[in-house]
Amino acid sequence: MANPCNSTNGSSAACLRGVNKVFGEVGTEVHALMDVDFSVNCGELLLLVGPSGCGKTTLLSVLAGILDATTGEVEVFGARLDRLNQKEKTSFRRDKIGFIFQQYNLLPTLTAQENVAVPLLIHGMDYDQAQKQAFAYIEKVGLANRADFLPAKLSGGQQQRVAIARALVTEPRLIVCDEPTASLDGETGKQVLEMFRTTALGPDRAIVVVTHDSRIFPYGDRIAEMLDGRILSIHENALGPHHSLENHP
Amino acid sequence: MFRIAIKMLMGDHAKYFTLVSSLVVVSFLFLQQGSIFCGLILRTARPVEVVGAPIWVCDPQLRSVDESKPLLDTDLQRVRSVPGVKWAVPMILQLVSAHLEDGNYQSVRLYGLDNDTFFGRPKMVSGSGDLLTQNEAVIIGRAESEKLNNPKPGDTFEMNDNQARVVGIADVPRDFFSYPFVYAAYDRALQYAPSQRKQMNYVLAAPADGQDAAAVAKQIAKVTGLAAYTENQFRWLTMGYYLKNTGIPISIGLSLLMVFLVGMSIVGQTFYQFALQNERYFGALKAMGTSSWTLTKMILLQALLVGLVGFGSGAGLGGIFGLTAGGQDSKVAFSTPWQLFVISFFVVIAICLLSALISIRKVVKLEPAVVFRG
Repeated sequence: MANPCNSTNGSSAACLRGVNKVFGEVGTEVHALMDVDFSVNCGELLLLVGPSGCGKTTLLSVLAGILDATTGEVEVFGARLDRLNQKEKTSFRRDKIGFIFQQYNLLPTLTAQENVAVPLLIHGMDYDQAQKQAFAYIEKVGLANRADFLPAKLSGGQQQRVAIARALVTEPRLIVCDEPTASLDGETGKQVLEMFRTTALGPDRAIVVVTHDSRIFPYGDRIAEMLDGRILSIHENALGPHHSLENHP
Repeated sequence: MFRIAIKMLMGDHAKYFTLVSSLVVVSFLFLQQGSIFCGLILRTARPVEVVGAPIWVCDPQLRSVDESKPLLDTDLQRVRSVPGVKWAVPMILQLVSAHLEDGNYQSVRLYGLDNDTFFGRPKMVSGSGDLLTQNEAVIIGRAESEKLNNPKPGDTFEMNDNQARVVGIADVPRDFFSYPFVYAAYDRALQYAPSQRKQMNYVLAAPADGQDAAAVAKQIAKVTGLAAYTENQFRWLTMGYYLKNTGIPISIGLSLLMVFLVGMSIVGQTFYQFALQNERYFGALKAMGTSSWTLTKMILLQALLVGLVGFGSGAGLGGIFGLTAGGQDSKVAFSTPWQLFVISFFVVIAICLLSALISIRKVVKLEPAVVFRG
C-alpha cells in the first residue's frame, strides 16, 4: 500500500497510518476505526463524509489529538501525536489546532468578543490585548456590531461565525470542523463554507470538515468517504474549487 | 483565564445565587449556633467575673462556682499567712430562696461580701453600694431583677425569714441559670443563708505587689491544702465543668454538624450540576488546549469566590443578629469571639473546596472528545 503521507498535491498537513480505535472492553468492544490510512494536504479543505456511526467524528478526534488511537501512527505537521504525552498533546492542540463544533460550544456567559478571545487567553495573552485581537477577527467575520452580544442573542449562523473567528484567532495550521452546517439553513451553511475558504484556508494550512450535508460538497477540494470505520475512498472533487485554489497559492 | 472563570460562575445567575445563598445560610447558622454555644458557656463563668478577685480559694473538691463546699473560718487566716498574699477576705456565695412580697418564691444567687471592704461589690446603676453597711441592706443585680418584681430602692423581700431591703441596683449581667444576683454584707448574708456548721465557702485574695497571681495561687494551694485559682483558671474550671457535664456541647455540636452536612450537600450538588451543565464547555476549553491544572485552578477560584461572598454576607447577617438579639442584658446568650469567625470562615471554605473537588474530579477526567458528541 502507498504511503498516505506521500502527497501529490503538496506537503502533507496530517497523515494517519494503520490507525485503529477500539472502544469498550474485551467482548463488548466496538471497532470505531479499522486500519485507517489517510492524509490531509496543506492548502486543502477536505470533506469527510459517510453515514452516521461510520467513525467520522472519531477520526476527526484522533486527527485533532483529543482522542488517542488504539494502534497506528498519527502525524500532524511533523509531530507524532501517538508519541506525545497528554501535556504535550494539550500544548500541541493549543498551538496548532482550531476547532469548530456542531453545537458551536460558545461559552454562554461570555460575549461574542470574549468567546473569540478565549484561545488567546489560553495562550497566556493579557486580557485587554486578547480582546483587541479578538475584535479584529470578529470584524473579519462581519460581526463587529454584535461583538458585545451574548451567544443567546445571536442567530445560529452568527454563532457559527463567532465559532469560526474563535477557531482562527490563534491562526492554527489545522482546523477541524464537526458538522459545522448541521444546525444552519442552506444559505447560511454555504456562507459559512465560503468564509472557511476565504478566511481560514492558506497554503500552509488545512481544514478537515466532517459533514452529512451534501449541499456543501462543492466547497471541498477532496472528499473522503467512510463506512464502518474504514476509508472507502478519497477523491478529488472535480466540481469543487480545488483547481482555482491551486492557481492562487 | 481567571476572568473567564469568574464570568462563567457569575453569568449563570441561578447557580451563583444558589451557591452564595446556601453559603450565606451555612455561615449565618454556623456563627449563630456557635455564638449561642459560646454565649451559654461564657455565662457559666459570670458569677466569677462579676467579683473581679485575682485569686479564688476554695475546697479542693469544688468543681464549679455553682457548688457550695464550705471552708473553716480558720482557713481565712491560713490564706492570709501565705507569703506573697497581699490581702484575703471571706465570701459567701450560695443559692438561697427569696420570699417576695407577692407571696412567690424565687431562687437568688447571694453574695456575702467582706464587712469591711465590700470587695466584689458591683458597679451601681442606682442607689449606693456604701449603704450595704445599713441593717438589712441588699443590692440587686439589674439583670433578672424582673424575677424579683423589679424592686426599687426601699422595696423589701425575705430570705430565710429575714427581711432584706433594697438599697441599690447594680449593673450585673445575666448568668447561665438566669438567677437574680443579691449582694449583702458578710454578716448579714450569714443570716440570709440557711444555717450550716460552716458557711464561708470562698476566700478571695490578691497577690502582693509585683507577685504573679498564678504563682501565689500555687503557693496558697501548697501551704493550705486548699484549691486556689486565678480568676481565669476559676472561670475555665467552671466552664470546663459545664462543657463536660451538660449536653450543651453535643447538642450544639450536632446542630453544627448538620449545618455542615446540609451546606456540603447543597453546595456540592450545585457545584456538580454546574460541572455537568458546563461539561461541553469545559470539554471545548480542554480541546482548545486548556490544561487540567488550569481548569482546576479556575474551579478552585470559583469555589473560593462563592465562599468569600457567602461567608461575608452570612457573617454580616450573623453580626446584625448578634447586635439586635445578643448583648449583655439580652436573654439570648450570644457571644462571638474572633476565633469563631476564623473557624466559621474555614468551615465555609472547606465546604466550598470539598464541593469543588467533586467538580474538579469530573472535569479532570473529562475527555475533550466529548465536544464532538452531538
